[in-house]
Amino acid sequence: MIRDHFRILVVNLTSGKGQVVHLDGRNTEVGGSGLAALLFQKYGLLDQPWDAPEQPIIFAIGPLTGYFPLMSKTVCSFKSPYHDQYTESHAGGRSALSLCFANLDALVIVGKSERLCCLSVSSRSLDIKDIDFMRGMDVDETGKLLRGMSKGSGHRTILRIGPAGENGASMSCINVDTYRHFGRLGGGAALGAKNLKGIIIHGDAIFPIPDNKEYNKLFAEVHKQVTATDMMKKYHNLGTPANLQGLNDIKSLPWRNLQATSDPAIDKINGERFATDTLLRNSACSGCPVGCIHVGYIREMFNANHRYTFKQVAYDYEMIFSLGTMLGVTDTSSVLNILDCMEKVGLDAMSGGVALAWATEATEKGLISNHETIVKLSFGDAEAYQQATKMLGTCHNDFYRLLGKGSLQAAAEYGGEDFACVLGQEMAGYATGEVFFAAQSLGFRHSHLDSGGYSYDQKHSDQDIQGVTDFLISDEASRTFMTSMVSCLFARGVYKNEILADCLNSVGYSEIAANIDPLGVHIQKMRWKTRFATGFNPEAITIPKRFYKIKTWKGAIDPLYLNALKTEYGKAITNLTKSENE
Amino acid sequence: MKKLTTPRIDRCIGCHSCSLACARLVHKQISWDTAGIRIKSSGGLTTGFKANHCLACDPAPCADACPTGAFSYRKGGGVIVKKKLCITCGECVAACPIDAIAQDYTGAVYVCIHCGRCVDYCPHNCLELEEISSDQNDTIKEVTV
Repeated sequence: MIRDHFRILVVNLTSGKGQVVHLDGRNTEVGGSGLAALLFQKYGLLDQPWDAPEQPIIFAIGPLTGYFPLMSKTVCSFKSPYHDQYTESHAGGRSALSLCFANLDALVIVGKSERLCCLSVSSRSLDIKDIDFMRGMDVDETGKLLRGMSKGSGHRTILRIGPAGENGASMSCINVDTYRHFGRLGGGAALGAKNLKGIIIHGDAIFPIPDNKEYNKLFAEVHKQVTATDMMKKYHNLGTPANLQGLNDIKSLPWRNLQATSDPAIDKINGERFATDTLLRNSACSGCPVGCIHVGYIREMFNANHRYTFKQVAYDYEMIFSLGTMLGVTDTSSVLNILDCMEKVGLDAMSGGVALAWATEATEKGLISNHETIVKLSFGDAEAYQQATKMLGTCHNDFYRLLGKGSLQAAAEYGGEDFACVLGQEMAGYATGEVFFAAQSLGFRHSHLDSGGYSYDQKHSDQDIQGVTDFLISDEASRTFMTSMVSCLFARGVYKNEILADCLNSVGYSEIAANIDPLGVHIQKMRWKTRFATGFNPEAITIPKRFYKIKTWKGAIDPLYLNALKTEYGKAITNLTKSENE
Repeated sequence: MKKLTTPRIDRCIGCHSCSLACARLVHKQISWDTAGIRIKSSGGLTTGFKANHCLACDPAPCADACPTGAFSYRKGGGVIVKKKLCITCGECVAACPIDAIAQDYTGAVYVCIHCGRCVDYCPHNCLELEEISSDQNDTIKEVTV
C-alpha cells in the first residue's frame, strides 16, 4: 500500500497557502465516497450556504487507485448549489491517477480567491496563478491556454469551468480533460464561487510495487478479464448509446419532455447510427484499457468554397437522450452541435437538455414566450437549442438565470410544475417505471447510478414494495463501496467482492478486504447522515405529475404503487441515519 | 535482436496501460513516469497520442554522452543499461533528441530496453516487438534520414 492512512492537501484560496494533513480512517472510511464524507464532516459548514467562502470542495481517490485497471475515478464532494445540501459527483479522465501520483488521497479546497485563479499542484509543488484575463472564457479555450501554461503533458489532469460555473448556474459542471465531467449538481458553480477557474494536478510521484508475487499475477488476471472477455464489450463497442434502441423498444425512452416513451424515429439516432455516422475514435481514462469514451465528429462547411471546420465531441447515452430524444432532435450532427455548445459554456448536458425540454413545453402551452427565451423553442429545432444553450450557460436574462437553477425553480415562477421532468434533479434517461422514479428522486446523488432501479424495472413487473426497498438499499451499499475504491461503476461486473478482496489483500489492505460489505453499509450511512445534516428530507421531494401519466412496457404507471415506493424508500433511507451510533 | 515499435500508435486511446506495465514489471514501481514508454497527447496540428520511447538509434547518442559506461551500445541499436554504474548526471537525457529517456526527481533514468513486456497490455495492439537484424536497422535508419 502507499500508506495506511490518508494524506490530504488542504489549500486555502483566501490565504494562498496549503497544508498537508495526515488523517486516520483508512480501515473505516476507506477512500473515495467514505473519505469525501469524512473530510466534509471535518471541513464542511453544515449550516452555511453552498457558496460560503470557507465551504470545501473535495476531490478524493481510493486505496486501489493506480494499482489496478478501472480504478480510474475521482469523487468530488461539495455542498450543492442545486439543493444546498451535501452531494457527490464522479469523473474519470486523468484525474484519479494524477491525484494518486501527486501523492495525495484527497485535495481539499477552502476559501475564496480575490480574483479568478488557477490552482496547480504536484507531489512537490503548489502554485496559485491569477488568470483573471480568462473570465468568461469557454471551456475549450480555457483548456488550451491552461495546457500551454503548465508542465506535465500526458501526466496531468486539467479541471476547468466555463461561463456557467462562473455565473453560478446550479447545473454547471467541472470539465475534466475535455471529454469527462463532474457533471451533476453544480460543481462548476462551487468552483466559480471560489473564483477558481481551473485546477491542474500533475502526477509526478513514484511508489514501489507491492512486495509479493500475487500482485502482478492478479493485475494480469484483472486486465485479461476487462479486455479479453466479453464482459466489458457493451462499453467499448457501441458504448452506452446501445441502450437507446433497447429502451425505445420497451417504451422506456423519454421523448419530447417525456410526452412519449417510444418513437419510430429512434433509428435516426440510436447507438448504431451514431457509431456509423459520427464516431471518430475512442479514448480512455488513465488506467482503463476499456476505452469507453466515444468521440464523435461534426464537419461543417462555413464557406461555400468548400471551407470546412470540424469539432470533436464525446457522446454517451445520457446526452443523446437529453439533447436528442428529449428535445425531439433526431439528427446525429444536430445532437452533437447542441452538445458542443453545452461543453463550451460548461453546463451539465443532462440537466441542461431536460431543462430546455421543459422550457419548450412551457412555450407550447403559452406559459413563456420569446420575451423570456429570446429565441423560439420548439421540439426538433436544433439551431434554437444551440442559441438557448449559450444563453442558459451565460445566464443571459432573468429567465435563463432562473432556469439554470433548475426546471422546478423556473416552473415555480412561470407555472408548469406538472411537466417539469425532475426527480430530485433533472431526470436521467430512464422512463422504466415506478422503481426508477422513486430511486432517482431519493437517491443520494439523484443519479441513475446510485442504485440499479432502472434495471429492476426492466426485470420485474410485479409489485413488491418491501422487496424493492430492500434491493435499493442493499444495491446502494455495494455501489458505495465501489465508489470508495474508487472504481468505475462499469467495472462492477468484474470487481465482485471476491476479486476486490484479492486486490485489496495484494496491496496490503487486509482489514478492508475482510469487511467489504459492512464497510459499504457504514459509508452509506455516513453519507446519508451528512446529507441529512445539510437539510435533506425525503418527504419534501415531490414527483411531478408527468411521471404518473406515462406508459412503459409494464403498462400505465400505477400512482399508488409509485407513492408507496417513494414513502417506504424514504423511510428506509431515514432509518439508515438512525441505526448506527457514530 | 528485438526492438519495440509503435506501428499502430494512431489507435492509441491514452489509457497509459503500457507505461504502467513497464513501471510495474520492469522497474518494480507504480508510476506512469518511470517507464521506457510514456504516452502524451500529440498536440500540434493533428490530434491523438504519441508514445515517447527509444527508437534504437545505432549508434546511440545517449550512450556516447554517458560518462560512466552506464549506457553502452546494444548490438542492432539502442542501449544496454547498467544501473549500478549510473551517477544520475542526466547527460543521456540531454543527448536524446526525441525525449525518450525519463529522469525522476532522484536523478534515476529510465529508457526502453526493448523487452516487450508492455506489448500485451495495449488493448488496441498499437505496439509490437519487432525482430530486427543489424542490416534491417541500417535500412530503417536510411529511410528515416
